[in-house]
Amino acid sequence: MTNLQLWTYCVVGATFALYIFIAIKARASTTGEFYVAGKGVHPVLNGMATGADWMSAASFISMAGLIAFKGYDASVYLMGWTGGYCLLAMLLAPYLRKYGKFTVPEFIGDRFYSQTARVVAVICLIVASLTYVIGQMKGIGVAFSRFLEIPFNYGLFLGMGIVFIYAVLGGMKGVTYTQIAQYCVLIFAYTVPAIFISLQLTGVALPQLGLGSTMADGSGVFLLDKLDKTLLDLGFNAYTTQKGSTLNMFLLTLSLMIGTAGLPHVITRFFTVPKVRDARSSAGWALVFIAILYTTAPAVGAMARLNLIHTIQADSITPDTSQNLKLDALPAWFTNWEKTGLLKHDDKNGDGRIQYVGKNFTGTDVNGNPIQNEMTKVDRDIMVLANPEIANLPNWVIALVAAGGIAAALSTAAGLLLAISSAISHDIVKGIVAKDIDDKTELMAGRIAMAGAILVAGYLGLHPPGFAAQVVALAFGLAASSIFPALMMGIFAKRVNNTGAVCGMLAGLGSTLVYIFWFKGWFFIPGTAMAADTAANWVLGISPGSFGAVGALINFVVALSISSVTAPPPEHIQHLVEDIRVPMGAGSAVDH
Amino acid sequence: MSDAQKYWQANIRLVIGCLVVWFVVSFGCGILFAEQLNSIRILGGYPLGFWFAQQGSIYTFVALIFFYAWRMNQLDKKFNVSED
Repeated sequence: MTNLQLWTYCVVGATFALYIFIAIKARASTTGEFYVAGKGVHPVLNGMATGADWMSAASFISMAGLIAFKGYDASVYLMGWTGGYCLLAMLLAPYLRKYGKFTVPEFIGDRFYSQTARVVAVICLIVASLTYVIGQMKGIGVAFSRFLEIPFNYGLFLGMGIVFIYAVLGGMKGVTYTQIAQYCVLIFAYTVPAIFISLQLTGVALPQLGLGSTMADGSGVFLLDKLDKTLLDLGFNAYTTQKGSTLNMFLLTLSLMIGTAGLPHVITRFFTVPKVRDARSSAGWALVFIAILYTTAPAVGAMARLNLIHTIQADSITPDTSQNLKLDALPAWFTNWEKTGLLKHDDKNGDGRIQYVGKNFTGTDVNGNPIQNEMTKVDRDIMVLANPEIANLPNWVIALVAAGGIAAALSTAAGLLLAISSAISHDIVKGIVAKDIDDKTELMAGRIAMAGAILVAGYLGLHPPGFAAQVVALAFGLAASSIFPALMMGIFAKRVNNTGAVCGMLAGLGSTLVYIFWFKGWFFIPGTAMAADTAANWVLGISPGSFGAVGALINFVVALSISSVTAPPPEHIQHLVEDIRVPMGAGSAVDH
Repeated sequence: MSDAQKYWQANIRLVIGCLVVWFVVSFGCGILFAEQLNSIRILGGYPLGFWFAQQGSIYTFVALIFFYAWRMNQLDKKFNVSED
């Protein structure tokens, strides 16, 4: 066993022992503890748990890579996945906490006095959460197979086993305290390599400032200027300027913001704090903890890109490529990552060295032959995973990245699985199928639903449907076009009635689904797309991923106009709305 | 107008004010006017529009939520609708 593997086993093993210890300490004994951790979570701790709940394998592993290769255009993810917390804090969280029930579909069903509305919300919740869970399962498997070099499915089983122990036993209570621990692991794992690399490149410890600083090589050139110049010289696109269309950037940012605020597993976290006041500040704390990673990610992305290019490619492009990486002296990380298939090279001109250039590059080597790109595959995900190795950081830092990636994936998976199992046991079983079951039976139903959800998620992780990569747009589209508008109107538009709300949700949901399926294939089945997924075919140039905001607008318009021509909601519903608008009396709402 | 209505109106005004700032820093400075702002440099080598898109908007979001929470707590007390 190599030194790196030993470190990885120790660090990952220690974190797993911690999660199991918490599982044993934090068992749930009532439905209140199982669904909302007994509403006793301190707002700062809930903020931390929300950070881990929200930041998934995608945030931890993929986002910096996305930024590294898209530069400025990737800002949509940074703004979209943080700006949603403003909407959540000001428009939803405090009021839903005041209402004081257990699940998101429950509020929608009660406020719009309609089982149909509740069922539509449950379906949206399950589809959005399940599609999201697939990605987490994949992230767990990748982290295990690369760092511990055990087969993908063993890694997945191990991850499922850990989640099973603390989520089935502890419900929201167990999930909350493990998420707090997982946040600490993942943020430490993310920032430590970032600080090391920022110090190496710029001499500034804080990555957020390092990104704006000059290079430490004494040239006095700003890092971002150097990156722009290097990329342009090598025939890539510039880093700090816009490439895509402004309309799509605008709509995608808005869709991601609205979708973030409408994702049930995030909203439910704010049901766990003691007071309405705590729900407000807790959203702020959540964003503080998220911002630590999200403001570090741009630095990681830019610095990793610069490091990768400089490791392979000589500083300046001249016919003489004698400073490029030699094939017979490839570093260990290069060959290791090639084994995973995430990195590939091909010495096209047979000079025994690798040339790494963009598609706009037009230059010739010493023999007069055109220089071609020989890095045939550089997967975005390796920018975070391989970054510490590329920068020659010590083995314990690399081991930490493995533990952090696994923590990010596990914490999000647990939150999603909890949202799914609560919707099944509380909204379907208790709410519709068997209304008169007692607390103990419902708790058992919750545990069984959780166990079932873990098995389904595990199966989907082992046999991911071909469309796994496309479904993120679907999850955000569903949350943005159906759940967010229904919740917001439930609080802010007293006049919206059952018919209006149900029609609005179906219109928003339907239009978004049709728009996505039209270009991606019906139910993502290959070959069934009605038109090629290209900018020329999109209506007004709006990409399917950006459509959620339009779906939300359709939902608002339909719900408000239908409500205005049909009967107003009954008196007790209007009182309910007036009641959730003021914080006073939230304590009494705890009783069920 | 009743106290409950006044409280709700003050709340709506506060939310709208916060969301205007939310919109300006992200969609305004980070997207629509990013190119123009990029000619200004801050904190060393950051083009301003790029900084807003990848750093500044996020810091502003955090500040906005805490400002909102603080003002709402004041309103709760003023209109006597606080939980305690």
